[in-house]
Amino acid sequence: MISAAGFAAQFTELMLAVLLAPVLTGWVNQCRAWLQNKSAPGLLQPYRVLAKLFRKEVVLAHNASPLFRFAPYLIFGCLALAAAIVPTLGTDLPLNAAADAIALVGLLALARLFIALAGMDIGTAFGSLGARREMLVGFLAEPALLMVLFTASLISGSSSLATIVETLAHRELVIHPSLAFAGVAFTMVSLAENARIPVDNPATHLELTMIHEAMVLEYSGRHLAMIEWAASLKLFVYSCVGLALFFPWGIAEGGDWLGIVLALPVLLVKLALGGAGLALIETVSAKMRIFRAPEFLGTAFLLAVLAMLVHVLLEH
Amino acid sequence: MLEAALTAWELALLLGSPLLGAAMLAVFGHRARAPELNAAFSVLTLLAAAALVARIVVQGPVTLAGEQFFVDSLNVFLVALTAFVALTTALFSRPYMRIERDHGRVTGAGMRLYHSMYQLFTFVMLLVLTTNNLGVMWVAMEAATLTTVLLVALYRTHASLEAAWKYFILCGVGIAQALLGTILVYFAAEKVLGAGTASLLWTHLDPVKDKLEPTVMSIAFVFLLVGYGTKVGLVPLHNWLPDAHAEGPTPISAVLSGLLLNVALYALIRCKVITDGALGRPFASTLLMGFGLLSVAVAACFLSRQRDIKRMFAYSSIEHMGLMTFAFGMGGPVASFAGLLHMTMHSLTKSAIFFAVGHAAQKAGTQMMEDIRGLARVNPTVGWGLMLGTAAILGMPPFGVFASKFLILTSAMAQQPWATPILLLSLGIAFASIFGKVQPMVFGDTTARRLPHSPALVPVFTHLAMVLLLGLYMPPFLADWYRQAARLIG
Amino acid sequence: MLLHYGPQLVNLLAAILLLLAFAMLSQRRILSLINLFAAQGFVLFLSTMLVAWLTGQNHLYGSAALTLALKVIALPWILHRLIRRLEVKWDVETLLNIPSVMLVGIVLVILAFNLALPISQLAGTVTRSTLGIALACVLLSFLMMITRSKAVPQVIGFLAMENGLFFAATSAVYGMPMVVEFGVALDVLVGALILGIFLFQIRERFDSVDTRHLEKLKEQ
Repeated sequence: MISAAGFAAQFTELMLAVLLAPVLTGWVNQCRAWLQNKSAPGLLQPYRVLAKLFRKEVVLAHNASPLFRFAPYLIFGCLALAAAIVPTLGTDLPLNAAADAIALVGLLALARLFIALAGMDIGTAFGSLGARREMLVGFLAEPALLMVLFTASLISGSSSLATIVETLAHRELVIHPSLAFAGVAFTMVSLAENARIPVDNPATHLELTMIHEAMVLEYSGRHLAMIEWAASLKLFVYSCVGLALFFPWGIAEGGDWLGIVLALPVLLVKLALGGAGLALIETVSAKMRIFRAPEFLGTAFLLAVLAMLVHVLLEH
Repeated sequence: MLEAALTAWELALLLGSPLLGAAMLAVFGHRARAPELNAAFSVLTLLAAAALVARIVVQGPVTLAGEQFFVDSLNVFLVALTAFVALTTALFSRPYMRIERDHGRVTGAGMRLYHSMYQLFTFVMLLVLTTNNLGVMWVAMEAATLTTVLLVALYRTHASLEAAWKYFILCGVGIAQALLGTILVYFAAEKVLGAGTASLLWTHLDPVKDKLEPTVMSIAFVFLLVGYGTKVGLVPLHNWLPDAHAEGPTPISAVLSGLLLNVALYALIRCKVITDGALGRPFASTLLMGFGLLSVAVAACFLSRQRDIKRMFAYSSIEHMGLMTFAFGMGGPVASFAGLLHMTMHSLTKSAIFFAVGHAAQKAGTQMMEDIRGLARVNPTVGWGLMLGTAAILGMPPFGVFASKFLILTSAMAQQPWATPILLLSLGIAFASIFGKVQPMVFGDTTARRLPHSPALVPVFTHLAMVLLLGLYMPPFLADWYRQAARLIG
Repeated sequence: MLLHYGPQLVNLLAAILLLLAFAMLSQRRILSLINLFAAQGFVLFLSTMLVAWLTGQNHLYGSAALTLALKVIALPWILHRLIRRLEVKWDVETLLNIPSVMLVGIVLVILAFNLALPISQLAGTVTRSTLGIALACVLLSFLMMITRSKAVPQVIGFLAMENGLFFAATSAVYGMPMVVEFGVALDVLVGALILGIFLFQIRERFDSVDTRHLEKLKEQ
């Protein structure tokens, strides 16, 4: 049964994720602007964009099916749920028990499926092109992500994210070389999945290179707002999964309320650092040709496999 | 006490003379008299080797310099052979390299490099043979590649650079595997003998070989086989060998075939003794037999397809090294005896052949066999030297190679009857291919005029005479010596 | 405290070595390749120092110093000079595409781990489990050598192979006796110098250091 306290914790965490996600996106954009010697937009710029989009009228293509209309909400829902099952502040969250790492990957895959379907729904060339590329990236990134999560699961003996965090953060400190490999692989997957340089460029509408933007070209108004918000949430989810796997210290144990209160500033600092790191990576690397993406993700997958092998060899 | 000191001095002279020679020739190697200096240092080395042989025969095995060096009848025999062939090759290279320089194929700096590296190569060969430390053995073996690689590329032609590059990369990679094998041997030995230099000393390893961890030793031997086997030229690791032999200067082909391959095989045999001792079953021996037989068969098949004469004899070297490896793999007093005998005979005969081939190719200006014709008319000494050498290497009686091949075959019939048909067939193919190609070169028609002066072919005929003599009559002390050495191999 | 985490730190360094080996395998640019090689040498130096300190094997400090001097400073310096003097092209072509090479690399790693398993079970050293990684590094460098067509990456592969062997020696037996270590180091240094001379000769002759030019000598 879900206790009141558990419900409260879960609710706090979900709200936090939904509210914090655009800020994270804003922070990354700000960092990137600084690094590139541009004047940065405000931290809250994504909120302003969202607010603007919500106010605007929705323009739909004539041949848009119902799927096109409900897809944004479904995608947002999937990612909000995903954000809810990643331990960000504490590990004793009611939904944690119901959903593990594999379910997380499943939720992300569902969101991807719908965004790709919606991209193809209108039948424009760009939509189909983007959808096809998105599925290609997803098809390669998903196994790599699963392998990374499996490595962490092997270490803690459970595929539940909460247990993984418990093992890594609250037991005696053990150095896991396999996590070094997994970390590199995870970073690569995150870059690809969040449509970041070097795989995609979130700031361009150049038809030859875009992936994510190509799929959502037909959206407008509140639909686009939901999709943008979902994209922010996705970045937030990936960041939090990364932090939970590789830097879990600070996440509160059990239902420790004081711990959860303390965990919040720690999380903010970690996210700020992570966002800055992401901006740095984006600034120093050049966008790859789309045909290189399979190579990039293949490397990520192999590194994740290596992580597993190294775990088997060194940590038994 | 006095005797120990004397032995130490002999060893110091044996190793010091080529080392000093290398240093001096690095400075004076381009002078007119450098080839004589080169030969003089080789004489000194041979004298030291002879003195060492005399002492070991009387005294039995000794260890020297805090057990870092070890000389027993097995390696002293190879020391003598190495020093001898090094000397005769130095004598051969005296006129040969002068002519090459006159032809403008080698510069003064090239001569300096050649002479200095020649002595250094002799030094590392002798170091591999006399060191007691398996690690140092590896270091010297790698150094042998390093000293010869620039010599293979001495002419700086496309082909010679390619051959040298292949030689370096293949042997470098191969020898790296041998280092891994050596590390594993040390790993196994450390359990028994404790950490420290002592665990790599052969004299310490040999008595405790049955206590070494069998799994580790078997893996170690596989790596050692790949490593040193590359140097021996065992198929399928032989690719560098024909190229390096064909493209380098002929004296280098002679020492590669006559010395380097032997020394690499020696290293392999030492490792085999320990491995089989550790495993208590003939694991290493079986591997050696298999690779030996494969080398014989494959090399024999490649022989008939060669057009370059030095390449062809390089393949013949692979075949003969395979035969020896097979013999040592079979083991037992007769087979090991035959292997050692064959090693001697092959070294002497093959270097004699390369000397003759060198002169023949120098005269003809090509190494392509179809362009060399009628040597018996143009230059009877070279022609007959080549013919007799070929007859000897093919195992025609009464040359010594016949005796050793015959012994290997009979012991194969007794111990491994299944291998005999393969051996016989391969030897038959080799005979047909080599003889069929050399015969027209020596007796074929030619338009070339008889050359005014004949080259000094003393080394060729000295070697061939020795091979002939040993084929006709084996002095009892020598037979005794071989028997002692064969017992060490087991 | 550090003593407690020592072996784990060695494991971590071993994993980084393997990671670097893979990075070298997938690297297209020569300059980055040399820097990766230097990084590998540095990690090797760190791990050797750590093992020396953990086990009190004083001769390992000597090996570590040798590693630092040779593999972190001397060899990368020689290689940097070499590519500057040779004016080689920056991009390295591989004979196979990189994902396939990496896939083969994974198979080699599995092979190496399996091969090392019986040996490391027998080892009494605190670093025994890293033997498989050392073996894997050797095999990966080997793979790099055979998949590259240019001479300089082949040389780097050769040197990286020696790194792996050195690591094998440290992890399985706390290093070889000093005589041998010195000999090996000398061989590597001389080998690198000779290769350098050699590359100049090859370029002088062929106007390029692509070893695909070196494929004329074949059996008919």
